[in-house]
Amino acid sequence: MSLLSVEELSVTFTARGRKDATAVDGVSFAVDQGQVVGLVGESGCGKSVTSLALMGLLPRKGVRVGGRAEFDGQNLLTMNERKLRDMRGSQLAMIFQDPLSSLNPVVPIGVQVTEILERHRGLKGEKARKEAASLLDRVGIPDPDRRLKEYPHQLSGGMRQRALIAMAVACAPRLLIADEPTTALDVTIQAQILELLKELVDQEGTALLMITHDLGVVAGLCDEVNVLYAGRAVESAGRRELFAHPTHPYAHGLLGSIPRLDAPRGEPLNPIRGSINDKIAWADGCAFAPRCDHYTMECLTGTPELTEPRAAGHQVRCVNPVLPTAEVPA
Amino acid sequence: MSLLELDDVKVHFPVKKGLFFDRTVGHVYAVDGVSLSIEAGQTYGLVGESGCGKTTLGRAVLRLNDITDGGVVFDGTDLAKLPGEEMRAFRRRLQMVFQDPLGSLNPRQNIESILSEGMAAHGIGKDQTERREKIKAILAKVGLPSNALSRYPHEFSGGQRQRIGIARALVLEPDVIICDEPVSALDVSVQAQVINLLEELQESLGLTYLVIAHDLAVVRHISDVIGVMYLGGLVEEAPSDALYAGPRHPYTKALMSAVPVPDPEVEDRRERILLHGDLPSPANPPTGCRFHTRCPWVQETKCATERPPLLDTGDGHKVACHFTAEIEAGTVKQTLATGIEAVTGTETVAAEAVETAEGETPAGKPAAAGAPAEEPATVPAQADADATEQTEGSPKA
Repeated sequence: MSLLSVEELSVTFTARGRKDATAVDGVSFAVDQGQVVGLVGESGCGKSVTSLALMGLLPRKGVRVGGRAEFDGQNLLTMNERKLRDMRGSQLAMIFQDPLSSLNPVVPIGVQVTEILERHRGLKGEKARKEAASLLDRVGIPDPDRRLKEYPHQLSGGMRQRALIAMAVACAPRLLIADEPTTALDVTIQAQILELLKELVDQEGTALLMITHDLGVVAGLCDEVNVLYAGRAVESAGRRELFAHPTHPYAHGLLGSIPRLDAPRGEPLNPIRGSINDKIAWADGCAFAPRCDHYTMECLTGTPELTEPRAAGHQVRCVNPVLPTAEVPA
Repeated sequence: MSLLELDDVKVHFPVKKGLFFDRTVGHVYAVDGVSLSIEAGQTYGLVGESGCGKTTLGRAVLRLNDITDGGVVFDGTDLAKLPGEEMRAFRRRLQMVFQDPLGSLNPRQNIESILSEGMAAHGIGKDQTERREKIKAILAKVGLPSNALSRYPHEFSGGQRQRIGIARALVLEPDVIICDEPVSALDVSVQAQVINLLEELQESLGLTYLVIAHDLAVVRHISDVIGVMYLGGLVEEAPSDALYAGPRHPYTKALMSAVPVPDPEVEDRRERILLHGDLPSPANPPTGCRFHTRCPWVQETKCATERPPLLDTGDGHKVACHFTAEIEAGTVKQTLATGIEAVTGTETVAAEAVETAEGETPAGKPAAAGAPAEEPATVPAQADADATEQTEGSPKA
């Protein structure tokens, strides 16, 4: 039994007088204790909306959420607000992309960290302050006692992200959702933060749901990878399997279009043509078909199912998968 | 004679204070003495993290920022000293492609109007009909339909907008295009399209590029020569392949080791040099070598007192470090821990590691030695466990 199992999650935004917009269209995945699961995709693929839906952070009005998300046997999607508030921060925690706008600019860091300790662990006053200092210390912020009194703008980008991580792990959550935690940071700082996340998973056995667009980050961190396109997982596999044998034309194309630092120079990149705007709904066929090099008429008849054309546990949603003959050299 | 030569360019921004009288209380040393030269037809890549001054330098070449000191010699003319009107005329030959494709296009001008504005200003084409013909040809070159002429920026996708930005530079038939983060706002699949377009255009039109980007992989892909900037100065400059094969400056080494590669095999084996702390403020840069506060190889002599010049170490590989040869030969010890134990150890924090690491052999992430290439998907967890065990203290020469 997985810690979190998401089945056919769908999120549709509705507005009067407009067509419904489906951001997530049936995503299923599972996260085990101590496991790092990645959701990868480009902008607009529904990866962030998935995380917000799991945390219950989507607005109640104008949004239709379907499917199930079982966390420890309870469905997060139907849980009442009061219960959810108890869960958030203590059982489930989230790290956001932009550390500056997710911290309150007019409240010192210390107050923001102790707030969680007071709410979920009942710590007060000096005790809470001490615990907050040790949390900052734990995530590698030097001189934590001084930093607690400072405001977010006085911290550097990397430091702010560390503070956010400190807040997220304050109550030793069992599941951590990290939504593009390093996108706003420089590479050397990104390396520091990834190392810190890895350590949390290794030492605490925290489950980590890693949401990112950077396949390089995924390659170094995730155990299982789900590639999302237009609101649906098109390929999911273990990271070694996925990177060695990308089988869905989209995943295959993505890997072929990234300039690699270790690739020989002078080879042109193989971009995927078009952009994600020209999508068709999954109900009418494969949403990737307009950009796909392998597409046939078969692609436009109904939603393609997840199959395992290559190896057990390597799921691909495609009727014309990229199989060994067309494989990219490793 | 190179097409574009920068000679000790400095751009300092004054920091003002005071309610009635502006007192200058200090300077932000955004660019502090950069010399480089770009050959015609070449691509020069400038990399560095945010705040290192790479964008300011790019803008200074076009005089979009005032140059405090130094020279920018383009085709024999020193642009730094040109009066305004002459500089304006010169900008036809030096064009820029900006990072944010939407922000750099006027939302209320249609594409024809955006593209013909520069042509009119520089007197290219007799009348609008002639200009329109030229614009159509350029649009075809950058892969946009000709019906784009009457449309507005918001009707295009991010990648197409960046193509418009490139077309706007191209209509003036420039010699040099300065691309400031040309692809960082785009999705990866679209990134590749724009990178390929830039390369094709260079080949067919003989353009010279100065590409400014933070993404090392992108820069390495398109550049012939790469310059690495840190806190307002160049720390290393080398032909692209040489830089990748053997980075010599400690900062470049750290930067290269931090770039994630989309390949689990490489990721598991890599030795990561983690730097401590953050970039110091360019308003109050460290004395001596700008990097000495974070350098894993910092030495007691020279580093904090003397600023190392950018010297050629052979084959056009230039490095600004006092101890390049010694680090290469392994005769100087790493003095700062690389930070791995700071994050793996439960007790130690980075700052303590800095203080106590004197003389101690640092732990680098060891190679997960000989990890077989074809392992089933269950291996990662195990490999990770291995890695943590080994981080205890294997020395890194």
